[in-house]
Amino acid sequence: MAELTAAGGRTRPAGKLELYAWLFMRVSGVVLLFLALGHLAIMHLLEGVDKINFAFVAGRWSNPLWRFYDWFLLALALVHGFNGVRVMVDDYVRRPGLRVFSLVMLWVLTLVFLVAGTLVIVLFQVPVGG
Amino acid sequence: MYRGGPGQWAWLLHRWSGVAVLLFLLIHILDTGLVLFGPQVYDKVVGLYTHPVFRVGEVGLVAAVLYHALNGIRITLIDFYPELTERQRPLFYAVVSVFVLLFLPTAYLMLETLLW
Repeated sequence: MAELTAAGGRTRPAGKLELYAWLFMRVSGVVLLFLALGHLAIMHLLEGVDKINFAFVAGRWSNPLWRFYDWFLLALALVHGFNGVRVMVDDYVRRPGLRVFSLVMLWVLTLVFLVAGTLVIVLFQVPVGG
Repeated sequence: MYRGGPGQWAWLLHRWSGVAVLLFLLIHILDTGLVLFGPQVYDKVVGLYTHPVFRVGEVGLVAAVLYHALNGIRITLIDFYPELTERQRPLFYAVVSVFVLLFLPTAYLMLETLLW
């Protein structure tokens, strides 16, 4: 838990890394506000899950801009979520060994999913003829 | 800590809505990855999401993202304008109000086809 000032506000995080992590959460949070809510509005409200199939994805990803949108959303959300869980490990996992293990697992999982998600978006080929 | 009260609820909800969204994101990366295996595989698996149980889960996902986004604005405002710390409580009520205003019509529109 971050230390609080007399008025109850947050103190400046100790150390450069924690300061950057804090700043990243705010900046990525604001960007995700648009990317994630935009994604939900398009896919779940305007389109709806019953319209989403292979042909829909192929149509959407024939435009590189949508691939970039999806990749940017994926990467920002994943790293934002990773850092959130990292803070939770700091809060809850006290045993030193388990703590290191949790952090290593978290790093590995995040990297694996980031690489896998990136590969899917990059490697997908729109079938000839749509 | 907050010693109970709305601030603590705001924090607890923020934390666990974040975890819920992250878990879905991991599943979503896997299901989208199936596009690489062609239309038969992808359509079969993603078709599961049209099941009523998943439709309700989908509304839960939207609720989690929406709350996390709105309370994230509250946290960011308080961090950059520390004088707002004393107003964290009314700001939380604002978050809840905007959440209800946006969530109810959204949930209705998403479940409309399921109802009739």
